Amino acid sequence: MAKLHVTTEINGESAEFLCEPHQTLLSALRDDLQLTGVKEGCSTGDCGACSVILDGRLVCSCLVLAAEVDGASLLTVEGLARGGRLHPLQQKFLEHAALQCGVCTPGILVAAKALLDRNPDPSEEQARYALAGNLCRCTGYDKIIRAVLDAAAELRGAAR
Amino acid sequence: MSERKFRYVGTRPIRHDGMDKVTGRANFGADFTLAGLLVGKVLRSPHAHARIRSIDTSRAAALPGVHAVATSADLPEQEHGPGVDMHDLTRNILAREKVLYDGHAVAAVAAISDRIASEALALIDVDYEVLPPVLSVDEAIRPDAVLLDESLRCEGPDPKPAGPTNVAARLQIGRGDVAKGFAEADEIVEREFTTQAVHQGYIEPHAVAARTGADGQSVVWCCTQGHFAVRSYSARLLGLDVSQIKVIPSEIGGGFGGKTTVYLEPLAILLSRKAGRPVKMVMTRAEVFRASGPAGGTRIRLKVGVTRAGRITAADATLLYEAGAFKGSAVMAGVMCMFAPYDVANVRLEGFDILVNKPKGAAYRAPGAPMAAFASETVLDELARRIGMDPIELRLRNAVREGSQAVYGPKLKAVGFVECLEAARNHPHYKAPLGPNQGRGVAAGFWFNGNLQSSAQVSLNEDGTATVVSGCPDIGGSRTSLAIMAAEELGIPVERVRPVVADTETVGYNDVTGGSRVTFATGTAVIEAARDVVRQLRERAAALWGIDVAHVKWEDGRALSQNGVTQEPLGIADITRKAAQTGGPILGRSSWMAKGNGPSFAVHIGDVELDPETGRVVVKRYTAVQDAGRAIHPSYVEGQLQGGVAQGVGWALNEAYLYDAQGHMQNAGFLDYRMPVASDLPMIDTVIVEVPNPHHPYGVRGVGETPIVPPLATVANALHDASGVRMCDLPMSPPAVLEALESRR
Repeated sequence: MAKLHVTTEINGESAEFLCEPHQTLLSALRDDLQLTGVKEGCSTGDCGACSVILDGRLVCSCLVLAAEVDGASLLTVEGLARGGRLHPLQQKFLEHAALQCGVCTPGILVAAKALLDRNPDPSEEQARYALAGNLCRCTGYDKIIRAVLDAAAELRGAAR
Repeated sequence: MSERKFRYVGTRPIRHDGMDKVTGRANFGADFTLAGLLVGKVLRSPHAHARIRSIDTSRAAALPGVHAVATSADLPEQEHGPGVDMHDLTRNILAREKVLYDGHAVAAVAAISDRIASEALALIDVDYEVLPPVLSVDEAIRPDAVLLDESLRCEGPDPKPAGPTNVAARLQIGRGDVAKGFAEADEIVEREFTTQAVHQGYIEPHAVAARTGADGQSVVWCCTQGHFAVRSYSARLLGLDVSQIKVIPSEIGGGFGGKTTVYLEPLAILLSRKAGRPVKMVMTRAEVFRASGPAGGTRIRLKVGVTRAGRITAADATLLYEAGAFKGSAVMAGVMCMFAPYDVANVRLEGFDILVNKPKGAAYRAPGAPMAAFASETVLDELARRIGMDPIELRLRNAVREGSQAVYGPKLKAVGFVECLEAARNHPHYKAPLGPNQGRGVAAGFWFNGNLQSSAQVSLNEDGTATVVSGCPDIGGSRTSLAIMAAEELGIPVERVRPVVADTETVGYNDVTGGSRVTFATGTAVIEAARDVVRQLRERAAALWGIDVAHVKWEDGRALSQNGVTQEPLGIADITRKAAQTGGPILGRSSWMAKGNGPSFAVHIGDVELDPETGRVVVKRYTAVQDAGRAIHPSYVEGQLQGGVAQGVGWALNEAYLYDAQGHMQNAGFLDYRMPVASDLPMIDTVIVEVPNPHHPYGVRGVGETPIVPPLATVANALHDASGVRMCDLPMSPPAVLEALESRR
């Protein structure tokens, strides 16, 4: 079967790739575009390690077909830092020791970005529910939640 | 130990691998790619128990795009032996006479695409004689039980099964006179407990890429807790020299013990050798659940007596642990840990290692201990209530301390159990008011901590920065702890030290990252290597100054002359820039078989809230107190405590392998195998107690495993406090709790 040609925007830059009709966005990002910061933990949409932001919406890239992103705009963990400067979420994750093994970290950072984009001042409970689709087995979530709330506070300060 | 003033130990620098991990640059097991890479896949048994009459791979091998097919016929036969049993391991990576669990590997293929590899698997014809599965310890020990391995005989002291059996071993420890002890007791509680198989639940599936050259040299990239173990096991399984395999560890996305053995690695090497092309294999999540190494289920019967004054007079227990398809459950550790925190005169503890048609268990964080502590810490809670004593007071009255003869054998050196109990009792959480339907529980935990072999190198760069090379994969931040210890010895900031986890050809041998041993054992090697460097720095400074080395002191990262003649102090860069004139590069080395990784104790306080309508139990507040000996990087010590609690809470409330009557796993995915998510848990408070381990230069004890030991009983005891219902079967899922509540009504 002929491959499909997809034109999209990834992390602020235009990108093109060819994909199989059945290929997942996760596979295209990792295997064809070498964006291996997007992690595969389950391929069934249960762990959140492959989270990306698709046209402003948080999705599991394992549940999206690559062909669906034609004309869309994507953000992956690789696009969080801009111009060599870490996003405040990334900086706070480092300062709070909010990662241990680090394999869930890209997905959680992206999910946290999606949260803060729509709710700049989440409560602890709102942050916990917003990240409930992202499994972390190492940290018990404590330091992750603290890092997200601290990053939110910093972003609010910067926005003032 | 004299109180040393630390400059970098106990600080919280940003981890060296952090930048790569928050930007997506860090390479994990599945992130490698190579030119000409083939996709490797495994055919897995659809049956929990069956004899393999024949395997025909000819149709698969003939499929265009298939480059290699492998079965157990490609692997040399192995003998039973001590340590890791190669006879069993070769059968676990590719089944021989029988398949022994749902998902057991039967054959492997390498093909040019994922689709063709899948098609090839479908073309492999396996003729099975399906046998009835053995799915619980109760079924397995029946005299007329179906046997997994007709040649198995029970090892250990009598009384034990004679003749063919599913019981691989019986073991027993004890002391004193248990009957006499129970006669002295004022209150006796006897109960039976069950736990279900649970998975480590690391988010990164097993993954490997292997490439073999025409010279027969194989290079392996994989996520593992021990790349030297992968090399050693793979060489033995494939009949190769160890020097024919180089293993490069990737970043590892969690392990918790589950990545201390091999599954895919020898198969990828084998396929790459047969195909003459590199092969990559990645497990699906379902494969991880069905065919890696969970912690098996258990049945434990326990009887404990106490006096009204709170003295434990006797303990008698029988522990039945599922090993899975091959012998080697963690029952020995369970037996040894069960009463390790307590000074009990009369004890009889026996354990049985039992085969069932489930995956062969692997290590899982304090292997064997959480289930044993679930039983013992629940019974102690009940006894405390019976005699009207505070549960922490009961534990304090029996706690081991320095000089105690532990139930499992040794006379203990300095340990911090009493300090942990006191810290818990004095914590505001312990006195905080509870709301309606809420209850509070406490429980203690113990883990030995491991030793094993470690080696490390510290080398100096020409600008005065340092590189620390070790060989234990870093799962939870150990690299930075090693860098902190090197910085402490060298007297330079942690940011000037770069820690590296090296491959099997770049650093001396290291045993696995396991047993909470890295910061202790590899850390000691790093300290010794750094001291070797400091000795050389003093010699070089002495040479530059033309004075006796005895008159050179190393302090705050500088050489100071002590012979009365004033010299400008020399920093590391001053010395390394002139290294060529004074004897060449400066490299410190150390290797040892570690001894003395002091045991660690924990005390947990947990509050739960019960929804009496649904049976749902939610943890509302949690405090983990643990002796770390010396916290090198406190944030990562806290992280270990918090992560262990989360896993333990999952084990207590939700997690379990579910099987149908034919032995097929029913919940091989994260949707149905329900691990705690962020909205399930509260913040997890931690208290780090520091009773230095006399066997580490700074006092370090391992901290990683102990925190998973107390939560099972902590939650069960809290639920009892909230509801009056004593749950002895895990998980305490809403239906189970509801049933318990209703049967009480």
